[in-house]
Amino acid sequence: MIFAIVRTATLALLRDRGALALNFLLPLAFFSIFALVFGGRHDVTPRVKVLVVDEDGSRFSQGLVHGLEQAGSLEVRTRPESVNGSEQPDYTAATAKAGVKNGTAPVAVIIPRGLGDRPDPSSARDAHRGTISLLEDVSDAVAPLMVSGTLQIVTMTAMLQDRTEQLSDGPGKVHQGTESLRAMSGLANEGIAITATRVVGEKKSSPLISFYAAGIGVLFLLFTTSGASGALIEEAENGTLDRVLSSHVTMTALMLGKLTFNSMLAFVQLVLMFVWGWAVFGLDLWTHIPGFMVMGITTAVAVAAFGLLLASLCRTRAQLGALSTLIILAMSSVGGSMFPRYLMPAGMQKAGLLTINAWAIDGFTKVFWRDERISQLWPQVLVLVGTAVVFLAIARAAARRWEFV
Amino acid sequence: MSSPTVAAYDLPLSAPTITACDSPLRIDSLVKHFGEATALDGITLELRSGECLGLLGPNGAGKTTLIRSIAGRVKADSGTIFVFGSPPNSVAARNALGWIPQELALYSGLTCRENLQSFGRYNGLRGLVLAEAVERCLEWTKLADRSLEIVRNLSGGMKRRLNMAVGIIHQPKLVLMDEPTVGVDPQSRNHIFEMIAQLREEGMSIIYTTHYMEEAERLCDRIAIVDHGNIIAQGTHVELVQRTFGPRSEVFARFVRADQRVEFWVAQRGGHIIDGTAQFKIDHPNEVAALLDASAMAGLELCDLSLRKPNLESVFLRLTGRELRD
Repeated sequence: MIFAIVRTATLALLRDRGALALNFLLPLAFFSIFALVFGGRHDVTPRVKVLVVDEDGSRFSQGLVHGLEQAGSLEVRTRPESVNGSEQPDYTAATAKAGVKNGTAPVAVIIPRGLGDRPDPSSARDAHRGTISLLEDVSDAVAPLMVSGTLQIVTMTAMLQDRTEQLSDGPGKVHQGTESLRAMSGLANEGIAITATRVVGEKKSSPLISFYAAGIGVLFLLFTTSGASGALIEEAENGTLDRVLSSHVTMTALMLGKLTFNSMLAFVQLVLMFVWGWAVFGLDLWTHIPGFMVMGITTAVAVAAFGLLLASLCRTRAQLGALSTLIILAMSSVGGSMFPRYLMPAGMQKAGLLTINAWAIDGFTKVFWRDERISQLWPQVLVLVGTAVVFLAIARAAARRWEFV
Repeated sequence: MSSPTVAAYDLPLSAPTITACDSPLRIDSLVKHFGEATALDGITLELRSGECLGLLGPNGAGKTTLIRSIAGRVKADSGTIFVFGSPPNSVAARNALGWIPQELALYSGLTCRENLQSFGRYNGLRGLVLAEAVERCLEWTKLADRSLEIVRNLSGGMKRRLNMAVGIIHQPKLVLMDEPTVGVDPQSRNHIFEMIAQLREEGMSIIYTTHYMEEAERLCDRIAIVDHGNIIAQGTHVELVQRTFGPRSEVFARFVRADQRVEFWVAQRGGHIIDGTAQFKIDHPNEVAALLDASAMAGLELCDLSLRKPNLESVFLRLTGRELRD
């Protein structure tokens, strides 16, 4: 009897391709994604982008910059990327700060004038040397720490090299060199002076709340809208769709109606998520209402179109369940809903841009974290609306199979 | 139920007016294949105004495909359909047609009233006209006291009635009913028959598919027998029987041993065997005695013998060689 039950269950499973995919392909897909992100492959190690401003221009500061450039974990930029082939001027303290504010890089290092001028190294820390400024965007929780740590190592190395060169300059410098080494030993114990300044979200108490509200929000929106779109398959199966299409309702009108409903559903879900974030976690929602509306509506429309696309491509609810779980979890992990994209290797970060999640999260981050103007949301709005249009067009084409038999 | 004209509703301005001279339905040489299978094999049919035409046939005969073609949901490979002179997917045809599918095509999570309102809107009804149509349908189905009930909680018979109401909420001139009594108890079936009678009184033309012979006999003015995607005979009940059997009666005989000797003897007497039962046509009931004598003389042992006037089932059996419920 037990054998008969096992046989029946096995047959049912083998006939259900959706369940098969869910059982065997999904774990493999996720294993691969997480292995790529956190597997520690050398060629995909994430590098933190850092803007470096060398105001000093001394041999020491140049050694510092060189040391940072050599650090494998950092991607050092001393000037913006060339525009239309013309080289851009080096970053200044002001342009580097602006770069951190607009998300070009999560950290900027400002090496102040006079840092390399050391008549008395023992008084290095507080007198003429000045301190290195670190301008941080703490929405990236990892980058400032990584840059700060690397900077300590690089500074020590640069100083050691500098003193060694002094010692080799001549016998008269021996005393000075000895004093320098003594000073260095003190520095090694205390670390060099670095002043960290938040230039983004300096007044915000919980930097990652808006990120998680958007990230988790989009993840569930995708599930909600694909589930809601599944009603189309149910209606096709139980004959309601046939009946509707035999009335004055056309397939295009039906799809637009479903899109509108699913968008409204998704938007209400986002509103709930952000209001909860405000009420419980102190998210500053009310001063960002216009930006939230723009990003909320465009995100809702994009995920609604995505749901319709999946539903129109699937034959049964079971297929939809399997496919949507597979795609949504993959999109959400690569797109930054589960963990921030800045933790991922560069290749994965770029791959994330193929997902709705990444663009939505980037847009919400611009609104809630960087306090950017609505006009600066155009790339995200354009991509999300464009995605919605393309998805809807494909869904409409796929839905032709329901129009006539 | 009152029967206002189609034009009284809030329909699209482009909807052409249906003229009285147009036949409710004209089908000519309709063919539809699904892969290798032929669902409709050149059906030609015409429905008269106010008529109820029964499509009688077993499962898989092509009745539902024909209905779905008329409703504009199946694209025929060849042939034409005209609903009051317009093609099935035209606005005029949609206004004129009401479709009651075999499936319970309802929103099961909505109430009766909400279902009627939704499908009323889909059919172009608005405002007061819609409200009146909903009330009329609730009254027609005797579901007024259950109007706020969620559909999934209704009994099978109630769902069937609501399924019908949704199909005629916009008061079409031609109603397609695809086996509307499937799976309902006799009481609910009678209820549905009363509802259909009411529609007929209002002058609606009806196409009614069924594989229940008694329903076709009771409800339909004319009957078309459908088999293998073709109409193999059509006419009134009496005409069909008369044409197939003339004034004769049928004798059904079963033998203890159905061997070759029996087959030979039956064939010799002008009968034939279907499903192990020998069937003979006789002009007069007295001929039964002669048949009994002859079988005894031939040494064949009878175990059952019956005499009956031919009915639609007999017609179907004779024309197709198959039982109606195959």
